[in-house]
Amino acid sequence: MPHVIAASGLSLSFGGVKAVDDMSIQLRRGEFLGLIGPNGAGKTTLFNMLAGTYKADAGCILINGVDASRGRASARIGMGLGRTFQIPRPFPHMTVIENVLTGAQNQAAETILANFLRIGKVAAQERAAIDKAKGILNFLKLDHLMHEPARVLSGGQRKLLELARVLMADPSVILLDEPAAGVNPALLGFIIDRVRDLNARGTSILLIEHNMDMVARLCHRVVVMVGGRYLTEGSPQAVAANPAVIHAYLGVAAQ
Amino acid sequence: MIELVSYGAFFLTLALTFAIMCLGLNVQWGQTGLFNVGVAGFVGIGAYVSALVTTPDLPERLGGFGWPIAVGWLAAALAGAVAAALLGALTIRLRADYLAIATFGFAVVVQLCVLNLQSVTGGPFGISFIPRPFGALAGDPLIFGLLNLAVVAAVTLGVYAALEHLTRSPWGRVLRAIREDEQAATALGKNAISFRLQAFAMGGAIMGLAGAVQGHFIGYISPEAYVPILTFQVWAMLIVGGSGNNRGAILGAIVVWAFWAASGALIAAIVPPEEQARASALKIVMIGLAICLVLLLRPRGLLGELKTVSRHVDDGKDAKT
Repeated sequence: MPHVIAASGLSLSFGGVKAVDDMSIQLRRGEFLGLIGPNGAGKTTLFNMLAGTYKADAGCILINGVDASRGRASARIGMGLGRTFQIPRPFPHMTVIENVLTGAQNQAAETILANFLRIGKVAAQERAAIDKAKGILNFLKLDHLMHEPARVLSGGQRKLLELARVLMADPSVILLDEPAAGVNPALLGFIIDRVRDLNARGTSILLIEHNMDMVARLCHRVVVMVGGRYLTEGSPQAVAANPAVIHAYLGVAAQ
Repeated sequence: MIELVSYGAFFLTLALTFAIMCLGLNVQWGQTGLFNVGVAGFVGIGAYVSALVTTPDLPERLGGFGWPIAVGWLAAALAGAVAAALLGALTIRLRADYLAIATFGFAVVVQLCVLNLQSVTGGPFGISFIPRPFGALAGDPLIFGLLNLAVVAAVTLGVYAALEHLTRSPWGRVLRAIREDEQAATALGKNAISFRLQAFAMGGAIMGLAGAVQGHFIGYISPEAYVPILTFQVWAMLIVGGSGNNRGAILGAIVVWAFWAASGALIAAIVPPEEQARASALKIVMIGLAICLVLLLRPRGLLGELKTVSRHVDDGKDAKT
């Protein structure tokens, strides 16, 4: 199966507004794909359909070859798909490591009875999860904040924390929604470095980003959306030079 | 002196029955953020189920079955869980304010049913002669009081220990994650509806158990004990003690119940007898005042929520430092 995500004909309306209209997108295994478009183009709505948060009015979504068109959002991560949010959503009163541990999958102790009947297995799983969480926090340079509540983190650190939570689940594909927005340049360089590293290790990534420099540095291919529809695609350089794309962003005819 | 100890035991026993209710509400609100204002309904269901199961057979109403008290308590917890699961299956998807309205309505319906289903519940006359633990020793108030305190304290401690174990487990962690941000928890694979339903049913079970324990301690139950003021009291206890903290729930129950009893005694002492019925409403005012003061001075309650982490995380920290 060459595609980790194969979505076709996706449409979704909010009242009379067609946010996404007959949109198709494919993400190849191991690919770093950018999704760009002006504000209101429907990028995040498309993301939310892929992530199961919104149910598409029409269309079909295959994730790792499995039909997920009607699936629940909570089932996505078990299919290998993790996502971050445009505005980070940490669990603010939980510590950083507890935030990350929440991303662990198939924990026996997430059922009530196992906590009383399978104490040995629960403890072993929890210790393994903690070791893994510490490794991820180390990778993302959050380990020194491990025991702090997530509400004390800066905006950029919150983006890293979201990524850390998702990595706990070993996803084969990650949807990143504007990881650069509001992040200071020094931390941004670190985020780019880590995200590229993840991709190099085989994780497929779909990135929504307005920062074209970041898109150009990371993405193998870029899909452009305008007004809820597919506009064009190509290499970052080709897309950036495409008069139709420039027109869509600036609203003026390219000279 | 003996009278003082007897009264202390009586007071503490009753306070701990409220503490159990408060622990149940803490699972729902403190841990999961479920706005249940129908506490009295679940407590009432537990009290009546246990009374019907344990009282001797009577011709004028359903039951009783004359079973042991422990069976009655288990049946009460089960009934509370089933009632919460059924109500939750219908309402748990509602947003907080709508869930509040639905649970409030549920509690009113339970109270009206209890009041009017005379052939099952005894109607306005209630159910009396509910077997009391160590009832054979009731002739010696001190021994009887202390033994009852020991039993209720053991139940409270058992519920507390089980809840602490769960609070620090991955199950408790998922509940907090859902309380903090349901959409993010869902994206991490947690089925929020299922976990909220589990927490709601567990809270209902604990409230049902508390109702049974209280009914058996007093020996008599009637519909007017399960009116909205009970829900208000339990909420006041949790807010004063510290929402999200199991120890806070117990401490809050004792403090607020002491406040309630003391203000009752004060009113009895200073208000002329003919005005006392009306003056007793001042007790509610006093509790309201206590909540305001606590929220102003200690917004997170007497004992705030702990920075809960898994036991094993602490192991790791110790190993590193």
